[in-house]
Amino acid sequence: MQNDAVISKINQLLIDEIEIDEDQINPQADLKKDLGIDSLDFVDLFVIIEHNFGFKMKAEELSGIITLQDFYNYIIQRVNPI
Amino acid sequence: MGIYSVIGKNLTEVRESLFKGRSGIIFDPVRKEMGFRSALTGMVERPSLKGVLDRRMRVGLPIQGEYAYIATLEALKNANIDEQFLGKNNVGILYGNDSSALPVVESVDILRQKKDSMMIGSGYIFQSMNSTVSMNLSVIFKLKGINFTVSGACASGSHAIGIGLLLIQQGLQDIIICGGAQEINPEATASFDALNAFSVRESEPEKASRPFDRDRDGLVPSGGAATVILESYESAIKRGATIYGELLSYGFSSNGEHISLPNVDGPSRAMEMSLKLAGLKAGEIDYINAHATSTSAGDSNEAMAISLLFGRSKPIISSTKSMTGHEMWMGGASEIVYSTLMMNNSFVAPNINFDHPDEFSEPLNIAKTTIEQEINTFLSNSFGFGGTNSSLIVRKFTR
Repeated sequence: MQNDAVISKINQLLIDEIEIDEDQINPQADLKKDLGIDSLDFVDLFVIIEHNFGFKMKAEELSGIITLQDFYNYIIQRVNPI
Repeated sequence: MGIYSVIGKNLTEVRESLFKGRSGIIFDPVRKEMGFRSALTGMVERPSLKGVLDRRMRVGLPIQGEYAYIATLEALKNANIDEQFLGKNNVGILYGNDSSALPVVESVDILRQKKDSMMIGSGYIFQSMNSTVSMNLSVIFKLKGINFTVSGACASGSHAIGIGLLLIQQGLQDIIICGGAQEINPEATASFDALNAFSVRESEPEKASRPFDRDRDGLVPSGGAATVILESYESAIKRGATIYGELLSYGFSSNGEHISLPNVDGPSRAMEMSLKLAGLKAGEIDYINAHATSTSAGDSNEAMAISLLFGRSKPIISSTKSMTGHEMWMGGASEIVYSTLMMNNSFVAPNINFDHPDEFSEPLNIAKTTIEQEINTFLSNSFGFGGTNSSLIVRKFTR
């Protein structure tokens, strides 16, 4: 999957499944502070990622993921490993 | 008061169904395919809360919590209590609920399929617990007072209201959201179906629930949610709230015998206690909303208990379960709502399908059809597995 397609899919999942407002979506947004994604939402994101990208995230992998761009990078790296 | 029931999704619809003797029972083919002995059930559509509640509030809310949310919205509106009031006052919640089977089954199904608990998601734990309704509603409505669930089998909703009364009488709370909720799904009732306790009159769903009738063959499971706002007299007067009725007393008892077989002594003692605490004589009860679920043993034992105490005064009796089916954890609360609607609109809803009495129901004054008559005081019975009994008395409010 192309990187642009991954990003577009992540954005759509955040809008549809986590119900984030579309106009809040921007790569610099802080997942917790700006998008309001809390620890329970992350639990749901694990399920959403598995259903849509076919791999399982682990809680310990969240430590470096602060912004939406970090989240894109993490998913892209898992979907398209170098 | 507020209600989300198989005979109506609000007080207006329910009042009309009660007056017309309308049944909410259907044949559910899904249950037949699953292997149920009886596919009969009360049914009401699932509320649509997307766009009403945000995602975090919805994901932890099981179906009976959704019913309870709608019923509580209506009750708070009728009590003239808004978000601002709830934010500034010490309002509590005591809700009757005794299962949340579907989310337990669904979450374990996911675990068995995925072999990874992280694939269950965040909502199921909050949906699965018995306290799910009080847990969720206390967060949604930002309540600051007493907050727990009462599990007393098919008397849960009635006990919740009774405990609420005691807390208010003690001066510990001024306002408590009380009620009962019951999920409607096959997962919740499969093991109950296994007891041969459900009616199998599947060719005539609306005639299947026939409490006190000679030809009854079992109960019909049902569900929904009902909410009453209990408030101290002083607080209600001070706020200028509409007062729908005065809850006089809560009588309770335990049979101390069999886990599922009822008796006469336990219910009699609960009714006696309620009468005594209310300071009333049997003759002062105008109407009894019977627990009668349409089972052979349950109805006959209750009929004997009522005859023992009310044999002379002969109040009008009906079981609204003839229309609703057995709303189980919800029933004790919904039947307070049904009876209060009748009291405030001067009629007694019929015990539909009561075509032929048996030897136990024959002496009772059971309403076969709607009776338009003033009711000043009613008694509502709720009994459950383990021999738990609750009997509430409510009087029409007059200044």
